Amino acid sequence: MFSLSRNDKLLMLGFTAVVLLAPLWLQPFGAGYPDLLQKFAIFGLFAVGYNILFGLTGYLSFGHAAFLGVGSYTAVWSFKLLSLNVIPAVILATLLAGLFAVVIGFLSLRRSGIYFAILTLAFAQMSYKLAYSVLTPITNGETGLRVLRDDPRIIDNMLGATHEGSPIGTLFGIGMQGYAAFYFSAIILILGFYISVLIFRSPFGLKLRAIKSNQNRMQYTGYNTRPYLLWAFVISGMYAGMAGSLLAVTDPLAGAERMQWTASGEVVLMTILGGTGTLLGPIIGAALIKYSENIFSAFNESALHEAFSFLPGFIENFLVTIIHPFVGEGWHLTLGALFMIIVIFLPGGLMDGMSRIARRWQARKQRSEEADSSQGEG
Amino acid sequence: MTTDIVLNIAYVDKSFSGLHALKDVNLQVEKGKTHAIIGPNGAGKSTLLNVCIGRLAPDRGTVTFNGEVITGKSAHEINQAGVVRVFQTPEIFHDLTVLENVMIPALATRDGSFKLNPFVRMDAETDILREAEQALEEMNLLEKKHMHAATMSRGDKRRLELAMGLVQHPQLFLLDEPTAGMSRADTNATIASLQHIKERGMTKVIIEHDMQVVFSLADKISVLAQGQIIAEGTPDEIRGDPRVQEAYLGGTHHE
Repeated sequence: MFSLSRNDKLLMLGFTAVVLLAPLWLQPFGAGYPDLLQKFAIFGLFAVGYNILFGLTGYLSFGHAAFLGVGSYTAVWSFKLLSLNVIPAVILATLLAGLFAVVIGFLSLRRSGIYFAILTLAFAQMSYKLAYSVLTPITNGETGLRVLRDDPRIIDNMLGATHEGSPIGTLFGIGMQGYAAFYFSAIILILGFYISVLIFRSPFGLKLRAIKSNQNRMQYTGYNTRPYLLWAFVISGMYAGMAGSLLAVTDPLAGAERMQWTASGEVVLMTILGGTGTLLGPIIGAALIKYSENIFSAFNESALHEAFSFLPGFIENFLVTIIHPFVGEGWHLTLGALFMIIVIFLPGGLMDGMSRIARRWQARKQRSEEADSSQGEG
Repeated sequence: MTTDIVLNIAYVDKSFSGLHALKDVNLQVEKGKTHAIIGPNGAGKSTLLNVCIGRLAPDRGTVTFNGEVITGKSAHEINQAGVVRVFQTPEIFHDLTVLENVMIPALATRDGSFKLNPFVRMDAETDILREAEQALEEMNLLEKKHMHAATMSRGDKRRLELAMGLVQHPQLFLLDEPTAGMSRADTNATIASLQHIKERGMTKVIIEHDMQVVFSLADKISVLAQGQIIAEGTPDEIRGDPRVQEAYLGGTHHE
């Protein structure tokens, strides 16, 4: 139980080092500041969980943002009613998202393929609409749910804890802002990644991959596949809920737009971009998408003119006209183009690309060694 | 006497929109015996097997396994009860390795139809690994255990199917044309391994076109033609039966 093979231990060690040192090595890329780093960690966690469903079983859910939203709302309610401590918020959010996933998964998993995708999409959109209408008392509608100074906070009051200034999440007195918030998210990401490695290497994970490969055969092999799928769905829903709670930890405000279908689509893109069914791919995909969002959406027309100002006027204008629709508000165009290039030329995602390069490089090395040795003989 | 009947197919009737595939079929399979079902193409042999494993529901009649009615049960329940089938077209897990393909059924037999064990390491399952390797060894596939199942030859895929069935130690093994599409050498190797299993007393139902396979393995043969059992007996009786000659054995000479 809970043990890893030698290679996986190295993987975990490397992963932990890379994540914890991210503020240092991402500095040259202009990404070494807490706000963006938190996003990498949180959406990385979201994608790691999503990959347990999509990567292992092949079931494409288009509604995982619903669990992200449930997680955020639960965390904010925990801040309001119980305590500003982030531990109960994260735990409750994960559990409630899991409960939600049991219900949605139970209903959606009666179908597979495109019908499953449509069902999950429908449930997520329903949750999104409900958050704006019937559930306004819980979600505070369009304004979003926020933590107020005079919320009851039963546990904090019992312990006599007082807060000065605007209320933010804390971890036993450490305010969840800046690097503290990043490191809290990073540690949860590392734990989440560790659990995902365990699942991938377990008999349970192998059975999920077999379901992806040939579900019918699994039934004739003696497996009741439905509970396997439901568990995979619930586990990935819990990851999403946990990621949602971290969004609330780093910024204690929950809005319904987090549940919109575009957010569900984004995690699909992250997973496919990085490499579906690989351990690291989804995290790389999540970081890449959040990084490009940050870069491309920051550009505006004047910034472009400035960037190309060394060129003759008409070329400058021409380039700016071409590029302008792809940056700023229109950065999704860039994302779409990037996604198309990856899916067409690298269906296995970036991880597949890397292993192809590694193989080619190895083959070239081997060939040159052979050439060397034959020359030596000659 | 009745206690020795492992599989009892009683009055099974099945139609597909106008085609009467099985007409009141009755068939008893005795414990430890290899029972072959032969018959021309379209006679209803595969339909009969599909009814046995719960892939098709009969219109009428029941299938009883070890005294328990299994018609109407789901596919995984029938497998867990001990009825294992090898498919005519290889139904393997193409994305997994050969070894993983065999470990999956071995795990099903040990863990039952559902077990949540996400924190155990697959490479710590040494018993499962040993069983899987043994089954692969019996089918001469051990050197190919790390191959991707999708990249194997057709004959190897058929043998992988057999290994996947064997590793479950079935009480009743249903084989749907286990040597179809195999080369002569592969067929002979497969007959040898099936004979080897026979010595272990496993009850088998085998559907086969290849008469060499049938006559070298079967203890009893039933002849199915147009959805009906037209003859039943030992290999020698069947060989001498004029109706069988006409319906089936004679037909093969013209092909």
